[in-house]
Amino acid sequence: MRIRVDPDRCEGHARCYGLAPELFDVDDYGLSTAVGDGTVPPGLEDRARLAIANCPEFAVEEID
Amino acid sequence: MTDLTPVTHWDTDFDVLDPGYVADPFTVWDELRATCPVAHTDRRGSTWLPTRYHDVVDLAHDIEHFSSAEITVIPFTGERPDEPVLQYGLPPISADPPLHTWTRRLLLPWFSHRRVEGYEPMTRRLCAELVDGFIGDGSADAARDYAQQIPVRVIAAILGVPSSMSDTFTGWVRDVLEFADDPVRRRRGIEGLIGFFIAEVARRKTDPGDDLLSDLLHSEFDGAVVEDSVVLGVAALVLIAGVDTTWSAIGSSLWHLATHPGDRERLATDPDVMTLAVEEFLRAYSPVTMARVVTGDVEFGGCPMRAGDKVLMNFPAANRDPDAFAEPDRVILDRELNRHVAFGSGIHRCAGSNLARMELRVALEEWLRRIPTFRLAADEQVTWAGGQVRGPRHLAVEFP
Repeated sequence: MRIRVDPDRCEGHARCYGLAPELFDVDDYGLSTAVGDGTVPPGLEDRARLAIANCPEFAVEEID
Repeated sequence: MTDLTPVTHWDTDFDVLDPGYVADPFTVWDELRATCPVAHTDRRGSTWLPTRYHDVVDLAHDIEHFSSAEITVIPFTGERPDEPVLQYGLPPISADPPLHTWTRRLLLPWFSHRRVEGYEPMTRRLCAELVDGFIGDGSADAARDYAQQIPVRVIAAILGVPSSMSDTFTGWVRDVLEFADDPVRRRRGIEGLIGFFIAEVARRKTDPGDDLLSDLLHSEFDGAVVEDSVVLGVAALVLIAGVDTTWSAIGSSLWHLATHPGDRERLATDPDVMTLAVEEFLRAYSPVTMARVVTGDVEFGGCPMRAGDKVLMNFPAANRDPDAFAEPDRVILDRELNRHVAFGSGIHRCAGSNLARMELRVALEEWLRRIPTFRLAADEQVTWAGGQVRGPRHLAVEFP
């Protein structure tokens, strides 16, 4: 499973970081990015799905 | 000015300050969503009230047609010619790009996740001291003695202004938000806030501190030092937005726990559910409804909106929309699909959302750690403030 944060949609709610800090980095302005190349380590798939399901801007997505 | 005629037609003549709406806006939204999803009124000027999630989100993202130049039903300043006026309003919340963009960038690092972690120990200490103050009594006003006391002190520390003035700050903020219909109180709040920050800005020119206000004063934009009137507006915004809103969210969450023993027990005994529960409280009891002003005639949702009309960004109603949330009127502490917009949507996403979340979580953790069992006090009335910021103002609880 791989995820990404669409930088054009992200408005810095940081819901993804709050729910899955292992999977996202967040900068001083609140903008999030997926850690590394976005590959979700085994066992954290549910957290990734939670982050996707809670982004108010639909910015977090599964890419493959 | 104030029209006190009770509302009978919510679709064509609503009033968010109507006492019935303040007490229970939820049934009004349900009815409107089903019959007239974008309601209208001519009270306090032509204003629209959307109630569906996707409408509210679409409006928030259309900054071309819906400006943030006016964010309150009753104007913040400038209603009378002799009133003090903030030249730039309260940026970034009452600004559009480009002013919005650069003032927001000045503010955001002060409310980043990293910074907010740094404010947590102070917040926890403060909450514990407040509980110390009433735990021996077996009862407390959870709104006035607890919720109301927390965000104002944290935001005062961040701004670098005396927390000993917290009650004064709270009074001013209530004057401009909650009692704006009363011209005497409204003016007292405006003059108090603006006069206070003018003096604080002057003092910091010669004696800067390690605080947000000093940082703003010594910031630059486009090669020039930021103007005092911008700093005044940003500082007043931080205080106003940082006080009433989070206090309301903490109070509503404690009201829920006082009236839902099952949820209270679960949250007191299973701390792992707290992260999702905080989001669920924010969804179900979203405090804040900002406004926008229509920039040019436009049709939205079949409604002919005219330049100068206001639109209420009804985030609280959006968060109760059954098309966006399963069983929206039920609080499900571990709700997993929750794209709530309590902090708004789009470029005006609440700049203090990380701080508000932390304050809400810590306030609930510290309360439940010491007072895991409590209920509404018998024979005491819970009172709510509503309109554009909703939350309990008196919440008597007992914990014998």
